[in-house]
Amino acid sequence: MKYFNLIWSSLWRKKTRAWLTLLSLICAFLLFGLLQALSVFFSAGADFVGASRLVVQSRVSFTESLPIRMLPEIEAMPGVKAVSHDQWFGGVWGENEQLFVFANDPERLRITYPEWKMSDAEWAAFKNTRTGVIAGRKAAEARGWKVGQKLPIKSNIFPKKDGSMAWEFDLVGIFDGIDESWQAQTLGLYINREYFAEANQFGSGFAGVFNVVLDDPQQANAVAQAIDAKFLNSPNETKTQSEKDFNKGFFAQIGDIGLIVSLILVAVFFTILILTGNTMAQAVRERIPELAVLKTLGFSNGTVTALVLIEALVLCAIGAIVGMLLASFAITGLAENVPQFFGSVRTNATVWFQAFLAMIGLALAVGLPPALKAGRVKIVDALAGR
Amino acid sequence: MIKQIFEIVLLNVRSIPDRLGASLVIVVGIAGVVGVFTALFAMARGIDSTLIASGDPNNAMVMRGGSQAELNSSFSRETYELATTAPGVRLSASGKPLVSGELIVIAELPKKGEKLGSNVTLRGIGEFGLELRPSLKIVEGRKFTPGLQELLVGKGASVQFEGLTVGNTIRLRGADWTVVGIFESGDAFESEIFTDAATAQTAWGRPNFFNVALAGLTDPGQIEAFRAALTADPRLNVEVRNQREYYTAQTGQTSRGVKVLGTAVAIIMALGAIFAALNTMYASVSARTREIATLRAIGFSGFPVVASVMVEAMLLALIGGVIGAILAYVFFNGMTVSTLGGGFTQLVFNFRVTPELVVFGMLLAMLIGFIGGLMPAIRAARMQVTTALRAA
Repeated sequence: MKYFNLIWSSLWRKKTRAWLTLLSLICAFLLFGLLQALSVFFSAGADFVGASRLVVQSRVSFTESLPIRMLPEIEAMPGVKAVSHDQWFGGVWGENEQLFVFANDPERLRITYPEWKMSDAEWAAFKNTRTGVIAGRKAAEARGWKVGQKLPIKSNIFPKKDGSMAWEFDLVGIFDGIDESWQAQTLGLYINREYFAEANQFGSGFAGVFNVVLDDPQQANAVAQAIDAKFLNSPNETKTQSEKDFNKGFFAQIGDIGLIVSLILVAVFFTILILTGNTMAQAVRERIPELAVLKTLGFSNGTVTALVLIEALVLCAIGAIVGMLLASFAITGLAENVPQFFGSVRTNATVWFQAFLAMIGLALAVGLPPALKAGRVKIVDALAGR
Repeated sequence: MIKQIFEIVLLNVRSIPDRLGASLVIVVGIAGVVGVFTALFAMARGIDSTLIASGDPNNAMVMRGGSQAELNSSFSRETYELATTAPGVRLSASGKPLVSGELIVIAELPKKGEKLGSNVTLRGIGEFGLELRPSLKIVEGRKFTPGLQELLVGKGASVQFEGLTVGNTIRLRGADWTVVGIFESGDAFESEIFTDAATAQTAWGRPNFFNVALAGLTDPGQIEAFRAALTADPRLNVEVRNQREYYTAQTGQTSRGVKVLGTAVAIIMALGAIFAALNTMYASVSARTREIATLRAIGFSGFPVVASVMVEAMLLALIGGVIGAILAYVFFNGMTVSTLGGGFTQLVFNFRVTPELVVFGMLLAMLIGFIGGLMPAIRAARMQVTTALRAA
């Protein structure tokens, strides 16, 4: 620590160069933070999702609705505590804005999704109002909805009995998430399945996908296999997986985000390696006489090596910290402005840890060669300018 | 003056190899920016050109009113029958109206090397389904036989998904389906699987239901008459769209994510590269302090000095840009990947490194070189001759 002033002043020996190198490093770590946050988000799926819940979808694909008559059969299976069902409504707000509207049973929804918080009065109103709809806090705030309001929502899939696609619901409640990450997900709406089943032209036979809550989350695999085995070779073969895998599978369909991100980051870090490496090498080359003076004063080879290495480390560390802070600000901004895509993307501990590793690796790669060279400087040759 | 500039630029360019390490920084930095930019936008270009090539301008799509996408639409046989009798519909060689009633289901199959399933469009087509897609060619095997559970698979789907090769059997809804042929069409249909509409209706328990009726018109102008007749019919609630326009309208939304990512990454990387270029050029100017001061002392004016620094920066930038574009071309051009397209299913496409992209990449490289060279060049020109000569 007593050498800190020495390191600090040699770092800023050439101000312009130090600033420019630092700015490039900041750019590199800004990109690292942004891209890695995306990559971690996509590869981990939504990590916060309750692992104790299973999603039962049609084997063909999740867009095929499973019939409602499967509900009691699944409910009766050992290990199953509660079941609800989400039917995608194809909701459209205004001209063309997609809404995440699902038809569910109010009582079953409340039991299977304890993550949604709403007052007892609102739950009761949802249960008792046939044309009721409840909206997530973020969905409601984004459009200025208030409880008691009528919401005209079109469906791009389901006509009403009279053939019209224009539905109208009464907003009876606004639900919150149990914690910050669930709050970020309050983008959806639920309508009353009973009314939906009666009023739509295609009949009441379908349920969508089933959400299954288990007695014991440890039994998830066994119950999932049992459900799939039960419906094997029926016209409604199922695919049962944890809610986490279900979400992960959905994101995986967008493409191999992880691979794209890695390729970009390789290009970025290769560039920054050449740049910073060159700067450090140059800095040491210019200072050879000074290093010789240090050694004359009694600094050992090892200390001189360490001084140069720490200089590289300090440079990379400042760049990494500032870059990552900028990335965090940028992502928080994105999450607030475009919640449907970036709501849960964060520069979390994993991302910071990865940035730390990248920083150490970079500092060693650019600092070690000139540091070793500095340690090997011969006093006599250096002072003689050879 | 011109001669002065020329001589001094040449002198400087010849000395670049002496500053190889530092010069490499500009070249590598800009190669990185241009390479990443070109690759990401080649992806967006690939998505757009696949969608733009899809659909025939002579075809009209009939869907249920308000459904926005094929997948959301659904109607019964009656609507389909009425479409076949509407005005403007072309007749086949056998004298039947060229209309294909199509049922769409989404099937989940594993992509090659993956365990999680991805969605693929399975399209049951009518008798004239292939005739209404003239760009489609069967390149292996044969067409499915109506009534049998046989599949005709698009080339893209065959490449991306596991087990979609001729002779292979896949399991869907508790039954075995045999792949009997592969087709190429160079558009979005290549990402799909075709089978007989009636067979699909039976297998999925949707007898007499269709998602879309595809009608071949005598010419694209007939769509107005065709639409007017169908929308005027009180028994129907349908919307009619030109098939080519339907797919072209999807271009923006599907490639938007890649374009936003590409732009953001390119801007941040370009900033980083500008700092790197500035660093190199300041170093270059400082290494040439004595040379520049001498030139000024023997009567060269400031402008040729500025020009020499700028030319060096832009030349290095251009080399970097070319390397980046070549790398992007070699590694990515023609690479087949897939992403989530319209209607929750995979759209298979190829990266396309187009000449415009390369030109744009070069302009980006030159811009970075220009900004990176400008300030160091001005510093070089403003150098105090006497101090500079003494300092060196």
